[in-house]
Amino acid sequence: MATTEHVVAHQFDDAEQQHEASTLGMWLFLVTEILFFGGLFLLYVAYRVTYPEAFVDGSHHLDLRLGTINTVILIGSSLTMALGVHAAQVGRQRALVGFLLLTIVLGSAFLVIKGFEYAAKFEHGLVPGPGFALTGPLGPQVELFFCIYFAMTALHAIHMVIGVGVLAVIAMMASRGAFGPAYFTPVELMGLYWHFVDVVWIFLFPLLYLIGGR
Amino acid sequence: MDTQVTNEHDRQEHYLNVDYGIRSWLLTRDHKRIALLYLGSITFMFFLGGIFALVIRLELLTPAGDIVGADTYNKLFTMHGVIMIFFFLIPSIPAVLGNFLVPLMIGARDLAFPRINLASWYIYSLGALFGLWAVFTGGVDTGWTFYAPYSTTASYTKVVPTIVGAFLVGFSSIFTGLNFIVTIHRMRAPGLTWFRLPLFIWAHYATSVIIILGTPVIAITLGLVAVERVFRIGIFDPALGGDPILFQHLFWFYSHPAVYIMILPSMGIISEVITCFSRKRIFGYSFIAVSSLAIALLGFLVWGHHMFVSGQSVYAALIFSVLSFAVAIPSAVKVFNWTATLYKGSISFEAPMVYALGFIGLFTIGGLTGLFLAALGLDVHVHDTYFVVAHFHYIMVGGAIMGYLAGIHFWWPKITGRLYPETLARIAALIVFLGFNLTFFPQFVLGYLGMPRRYYVYPPEFQVLNVMSTAGATILGVGYLLPMLYLTWSLRWGARAGANPWRATGLEWQTPSPPPTYNFATTPLVTEEPYAYPLREAREY
Amino acid sequence: MLERLGLMPTQASTVSGDVDALYLSLVGLSLVFSLGIAAALAYFAIAYRRRSEAHEAEQIHGSLALELVWSIIPFTIAMGIFIWGASLFVTLKRPPDNALEIFAVGKQWMWKLQHLEGRREINALHIPVGRPVKVTLTSEDVIHSFFVPAFRVKQDAVPGRYSTVWFEATKTGSFHLFCAEYCGTEHSGMIGTVTVMEPDDYQDWLSAEMAGGMAGTAQGDDPLSVAAAGGELFRGLGCHTCHRQTAGALGPSLTELFGSQVSLRGGRTVLADEAYLRESIVDPRAKLVDGYQPVMPTFQGQVSEEGLMQLVAYIKSLAAEQDS
Repeated sequence: MATTEHVVAHQFDDAEQQHEASTLGMWLFLVTEILFFGGLFLLYVAYRVTYPEAFVDGSHHLDLRLGTINTVILIGSSLTMALGVHAAQVGRQRALVGFLLLTIVLGSAFLVIKGFEYAAKFEHGLVPGPGFALTGPLGPQVELFFCIYFAMTALHAIHMVIGVGVLAVIAMMASRGAFGPAYFTPVELMGLYWHFVDVVWIFLFPLLYLIGGR
Repeated sequence: MDTQVTNEHDRQEHYLNVDYGIRSWLLTRDHKRIALLYLGSITFMFFLGGIFALVIRLELLTPAGDIVGADTYNKLFTMHGVIMIFFFLIPSIPAVLGNFLVPLMIGARDLAFPRINLASWYIYSLGALFGLWAVFTGGVDTGWTFYAPYSTTASYTKVVPTIVGAFLVGFSSIFTGLNFIVTIHRMRAPGLTWFRLPLFIWAHYATSVIIILGTPVIAITLGLVAVERVFRIGIFDPALGGDPILFQHLFWFYSHPAVYIMILPSMGIISEVITCFSRKRIFGYSFIAVSSLAIALLGFLVWGHHMFVSGQSVYAALIFSVLSFAVAIPSAVKVFNWTATLYKGSISFEAPMVYALGFIGLFTIGGLTGLFLAALGLDVHVHDTYFVVAHFHYIMVGGAIMGYLAGIHFWWPKITGRLYPETLARIAALIVFLGFNLTFFPQFVLGYLGMPRRYYVYPPEFQVLNVMSTAGATILGVGYLLPMLYLTWSLRWGARAGANPWRATGLEWQTPSPPPTYNFATTPLVTEEPYAYPLREAREY
Repeated sequence: MLERLGLMPTQASTVSGDVDALYLSLVGLSLVFSLGIAAALAYFAIAYRRRSEAHEAEQIHGSLALELVWSIIPFTIAMGIFIWGASLFVTLKRPPDNALEIFAVGKQWMWKLQHLEGRREINALHIPVGRPVKVTLTSEDVIHSFFVPAFRVKQDAVPGRYSTVWFEATKTGSFHLFCAEYCGTEHSGMIGTVTVMEPDDYQDWLSAEMAGGMAGTAQGDDPLSVAAAGGELFRGLGCHTCHRQTAGALGPSLTELFGSQVSLRGGRTVLADEAYLRESIVDPRAKLVDGYQPVMPTFQGQVSEEGLMQLVAYIKSLAAEQDS
């Protein structure tokens, strides 16, 4: 089987060292990602404290139904991803490919729904910029809310797109039998990344959709 | 006889002659070759930024504006800052010497992720191309600090491409830092415990921690400035409800620690050089090692000292001030330990040592003048004047670049297998030292007299000091050109270097110069603490 | 002497001597440390230079006692300087109550200044000697910074917010007023002159007819005081229709507002200072007074920064009348 033939890269002594190094590398990458999103979370906190009413107002313009559906979808995709990693560890090839494909489907569904949400915002003129539709006394501050909404969700969506793309590659490799109990590092690292993106959304959803007593 | 030796030498396979051709370089995964790719890129950027600096100094020779226009001048100092900080200083030591030496010093065959390492150079190059595009299609005039709302609403220059360039370069340094941390954690040779690591490695470890924690924040912040410009929204624009002070907080949260990204690796080099040329163990090894980590952590808590007159609250100012004084202590401890290392040593004065001694002097002045800026009541007067300009050049040029040059000379025989011309190198080091002081010392006085920074024309009473500074800059320019010339010359005509021309300890000296592709014939076993001078046996390879 | 040698700027304010004392102490400290290090380096370099290849170093690992000494002593000194610098800073941040008030607006690339009595200046500021002066700063566009080296004071002028700087001149004469925060093309041309005059001369200057075209009002007669101009603006914008003293008025009365504690909706209280007044005009909903509806429209973009300062001065003058 292909899995047993996997070679340890020249710079490592053995497979264990290679696995440990890769895992540590992924965790460090996720630390940088936390700080990357951290800047936006800081902005969110600063402006929400300054303009509490506008944030509630802005939040009420979001589609809670679609947001909730997306949250459920994303949590589901984390489950399928975790099952995929487990399948790789125990060497169940078909289950691995199946769970990876399921994760891709769920991730794509999230993105499609997000696309509909964005489209609605464009339709209602809720996209920040010179043509912003809300002109009331709170207008500029609600616009600021939408700046942060779009910055955070778009950055999150970019991470989803990258995730789905890499998942597709890993699913292809998996279908050729590249992974098994002896070597499943890429699947595991992909899992870490996917859960991270999921956790970011778990923070975004209440902060953006659920403020102001809805 | 001579040719025979040469032929014998060339027959030995090493990383430079293992294969030839442009592909073998552009697709290499060897950390040593990637280090050389970086060396070429950052040297180009250094001289480009240096040319801008010279034009700036020429313009300031007279109080009136006579060589370039006001807008051009503003672009010059902006691009000087952007290029020197983002495209030269931040990658300089880590991406060149760190890349080359981290695996060699810990007895590894390569960094943990060679492909990511190569990718980091490509990302750097792409970022540099964006930077150069901005430079050559009109330039950018926001100052390297990109303060909002000037950068978001008032500037009509190439802000977005510059930001994209800085953003990309940030990710390339994240990749480098991540690679170092994983490599140092997981790939040390047997017996190489944490407290047997060379201080160069400790310094790079601390630097990498700052890189991976700080860089993402500047990336997102600059990204938002670009988004704000492109979509005409108001994240930092007060006219649209945004807060420009918030930008400053986010900017300095990275950009103050970035100073330590520049200076810590340099400090690591100084520890290696001082011990080697005094043939002595380092004084207070663990204090120097731990002080690097202390600087990395405390460095994240002092950013507000750039904003004492911005209108932040008095309480915030007090806290940032006291922490800034605290961060001075670990740096002072290093200086005292280096000095004490010389005591009862066996000291010789090869060029790296001359640079290192110069570093200690200039860094001491740079550090002490930092206290002036941390003292609240005094900072109000000297903030945004030439005093600040002088201070950070003492740290970044007198400190970081002196250390970089010490390192380049010290490891040049290892990198190229050739010796540089010693006398010429010593003369160059002295020229750099003198030129540097003449350029920047008068600026302390200028600053206290009240000359604000980023001034294109200035009141005539400031002229004498400006003339001194410009005179110094020309000398400094010559000082930097010399190593460029004789180091290039030595590639072909320099004397052959043995494996260990300085009789230094350290694993990198226990493999041939230049090293083979996988660094060591057999993985070395470490049984001693670092700097176990005098070297017991002089093995030849 | 240092001043005559051109190494220090003129001392022309009450704080400049204190700032210089701190500066010179730090210069002295720096000399002690850097010359000490340099002397040690030079001595070791000569005394322990390698005389022959056989010359071996004496190996020393370190000394905990020394490490403690050279950590604790610098730390103590550093804390001393911190306290010194901080106490000076607190003085610089607390304008005396009797200070003369000046309003300043920075814009690309000039300083627009207005005296309380109404006289306006551009890139020039006339003040009396021996009297504290408080400048309220803001900006119309980008960040500027108000810097008078002879007074050793500096403060950023940030768009969208007020900041203050104060000084008391001790010497008559002309001094540079710089913009210290980079603000674009003519940043280095944003230079003005502070002219310090004897109090009598200042009074004469203040009441003199406009000589050089710097008219305070459009009519060209005696300039209105800032507060009076604010009052005209107040009535012109129709503010008085809601902000009345009668029961059931839509807006809170402003007569005793300035300097008082205002209870906000949601239970917070806030001190009614200049910044609060400005914010409530441009962003009325940000801090809504308890018991009132959010019905006031924003005046963001409709009143210039100078107009806002006039309105603030007018509302301040109402409270001052109540006191007297």
